Amino acid sequence: MSRKRYVAAGLAVAGAALLLAACGGSSKGPVALNWYVFPEPSGSFAAAAAACSKASGGKYTIDISNLSTASDQQRVSLVRRLAAGDSSIDILAMDVDWTAEFATAKWIQPVPASFASEIRRDDLPGPVQTATWKNRIWAVPINSNTEILWYRKDLLADIHKPVPTTWTQMIADADELAKLGKPHYIEEQGAQYEGLTVWFNSMVDSAGGQIITPQDKVVIGQPAVVAGSIMHEMATSAGADPSLNVAEEGSSDTQFDHGFAAFEINYPFVWQSAKATGPSVAKVMGYAPFPEVVAGRTPKVSIGGYNLGVSAYSTHPALAFDAVRCLTQEKYEITYAVKGGLAPVRGAVYTIPSFEKLYPFHALIEKQLIAYGLRPQTPAYADVTLAIQKALSPTAAINPKTIVSTLKGELKDALSSEALL
Amino acid sequence: MSAVTPPAAELAPTPRRKLSDRVRAERRFAFFLVAPALIVMIAVTVYPIVDTLILSLQRADLRFPAANKFNALNNYKAVLTSHVWWADVAHTAIITVIAVSAQFVLGMLLAIAMHRTLVARGLLRSIALVPYGIVAVVAAYSWNLAWSLGNGGWIPHLLGLSSDPLSHTFGSYVAIIITEIWKNTPFMALLLLAGLSLVPDELLEAAKVDGAGAWQRFYRITLPLMRPAILVALLFRTLDEFRIFDVIYIFNQGAQGTESISMVNYSTLLDRLNLGLGSAVSVLLFVLVAMIAFTFIKVFGAATGPGGDAR
Repeated sequence: MSRKRYVAAGLAVAGAALLLAACGGSSKGPVALNWYVFPEPSGSFAAAAAACSKASGGKYTIDISNLSTASDQQRVSLVRRLAAGDSSIDILAMDVDWTAEFATAKWIQPVPASFASEIRRDDLPGPVQTATWKNRIWAVPINSNTEILWYRKDLLADIHKPVPTTWTQMIADADELAKLGKPHYIEEQGAQYEGLTVWFNSMVDSAGGQIITPQDKVVIGQPAVVAGSIMHEMATSAGADPSLNVAEEGSSDTQFDHGFAAFEINYPFVWQSAKATGPSVAKVMGYAPFPEVVAGRTPKVSIGGYNLGVSAYSTHPALAFDAVRCLTQEKYEITYAVKGGLAPVRGAVYTIPSFEKLYPFHALIEKQLIAYGLRPQTPAYADVTLAIQKALSPTAAINPKTIVSTLKGELKDALSSEALL
Repeated sequence: MSAVTPPAAELAPTPRRKLSDRVRAERRFAFFLVAPALIVMIAVTVYPIVDTLILSLQRADLRFPAANKFNALNNYKAVLTSHVWWADVAHTAIITVIAVSAQFVLGMLLAIAMHRTLVARGLLRSIALVPYGIVAVVAAYSWNLAWSLGNGGWIPHLLGLSSDPLSHTFGSYVAIIITEIWKNTPFMALLLLAGLSLVPDELLEAAKVDGAGAWQRFYRITLPLMRPAILVALLFRTLDEFRIFDVIYIFNQGAQGTESISMVNYSTLLDRLNLGLGSAVSVLLFVLVAMIAFTFIKVFGAATGPGGDAR
C-alpha cells in the first residue's frame, strides 16, 4: 500500500515538473498577447492581428478574445477582469467614452510619449481627444464614428423642399409629408440607452453648450433647454416614430429601410445595410450633415468609435504597444474601413480612392470628426450617462422648463457616486 | 402531533448523561461526513453574504479604490431616501401581485385539469411544463421579438397596434406580466398538483353524497386540505417574482417605468461598479424577501401548523 503511494507521489512530481518545463519552454517562443475586442464581423481585425503577428518576426502573436457586441456588456466584461488585476488581458478595445474611467482607475497604461506624438500628428482631432485624459494620451484610436443625416430624395422632391439644414426645418418637412399621407418619420435613437445620451449630448454641444467640464463641474444650462425643447418637439411631432421610446440604431434603421421614414440620424453602417435590407429605399437615399440645432452654428456631433489601450496588468506592455502600433497603421486602417466599414481615424485614409468609393460621404464624416463633439469626459461616465438616459426617457415627456434643474441634481448625484440612479 | 411527541422525548438524550464512546465516535464520523459540504456551503454562501454585509457599510467603488472607506449606514440612508428605490419597489410589487395572482388562478385550473384528466395524462403534464423548461433568457428573447413591432413581432400585428407595446408604460407592464405568467404558471400548477393529490377522493365522494355542489366541495374540502401546497406554491412564486430581472432586462432594460429592484441592483453593482451602494440594495432586497416569507408563513402557516393540521 505505502509503496503504491510513493509511486503515485513520484508520478505526480514528475507530472508537475513536465508541466513546469512546458511553461518554461513557451517563454522562449513568441509572447502571446491577448487582444480583447468586439467581434468585428468582416474579419479585418483578425486578418490584421495575424499579419502583425507574422510581421513581428517571432516576437509576439496576437490572440483575439471576442467580447460581446454591445458596448455596455464589453465594458462589464473588461472591468470585472481589470478590477481583479487579471494579467491575461494585454490589449483592450475601449469604447471612446471609457478613457477617463480606465485611466483614473489605473487599469491602463499611458501611451509612451513618442507614440503619443505620432497619434497627435496623424489622427483627426476628434479621435485624438477621445483618447486624451488630463493632457495625456491613454489609448490609441483604431476607428471612429459619427452620425449624419440620411434622407429620402424622392419624398423631399414630392414636397419641393431642399435638404433640411436645421432640426426645425426637418420637423416641419416631416409634418408636411404627414399631411400628404407620405412616409414621414424621423428616425432617432430614443430608447433608454447610450444612444439617447449621444443624441442629447450632440444637441447640447451643437447649441453651444456642454454638460460637464473635464474637471467634473456640472455646467448644464441654456443650451440644454434648447436641446431639450427640440427633442421634445420632435418626439411629440408627426415625425416621431410611435416606437421612438424603444428605437436603437439597428431598429430605427430597419424602419427607414422598410420605407416608413423620411429622415434618419444614424451612423454610416446604414448605407450598406440599406442596400441589403431596403434596395428600393437605398436607390433614393441621400446624406447630409447632421442638422443644425441653432441656425448658422456648425453642429458638434458626439463621436463614437474605439481606442486600443494596454492593460496596466499586462506582463508585456512594451510588446503590447508594439502590437497596437502595428494594428493601427495606415494599411490596416484602410482594410478596417473598406472591408469593415469602420470610419478611419487617420486623416490620410480619407483621400484613398477605394475608401472614397465605399464611403461616398467621406468628406462629411471627416468634417464632423474635425468639428467634433465629445460625450462628457469623466471617470464617473457610467453614472453620468445613466443619469442622462433616465432623466430624458421618454423623450416626449421632456419638460424644457425643468430639464436643467432636474439634470443638475441627477448629475451631481452621479458624479458623487453615492446615490441611486 | 400528539402521536409523534412521546418517541421524540424518549430519543432526546438527557443533558448530563455521559456519551458512550461509540456514540462519540459516531458523532465524530458524522461530522467528518458533513464537513466537506459544510465547507463548501460556507465558501459559496456564508462568505459572500458576510462580504455583502461588510461592503454595504462601506464606500466601495471599483473605479475609485483610493476613496474607499467605512461609512456606517450612509449607503442604506442613500438608498432609502432615494425616489428611485421606492419607485422600483412599487414597480416590483405591481408586477409581483398581478403576475402571481394570475399564475395562481391559471395554475389551479391547469392543476385540476391535469389531475382529473383520464387520457394521456403523462403527455399532458409534459406539454404543460414546456414553458417552464425553456431557458429563461431564451424565452424572454422570444417574447421580446413577439412583442416588438420594430422586429416584426406577431403580437402588435395581430392586435393592429401602430406603436411598439414596449414603448409605453402600460404596454410594457402587460408584456412583462403576460410573459411571466406564461413562463411560470406550469411551475405553480405542478406544486398545486402535488397538493391536489393529497385530497382523498373518499372525502369528496362523501361530501357529494351529502349533497355538496362542485364549488362547495372545492372551496370547503379541496382548498383547505391543499393549504400547505398552496402556501409553498405562492411563497415560491412570490419570492421568485419579487426578484424579477431577466424579462425586464431583455425587454427594455427598465425603461418606461418598469425598472425592478433587481434591475437597479444590477446597474449599481455592474454598470456603476459601486459595490457599497449596490450591496446595500442587495441587503435591502434580501430583507424585503425575508419579510414576505415571514408574512406568508405567519398568515397562511398559522392555519396549517400543528393545530390547524388536525384531521
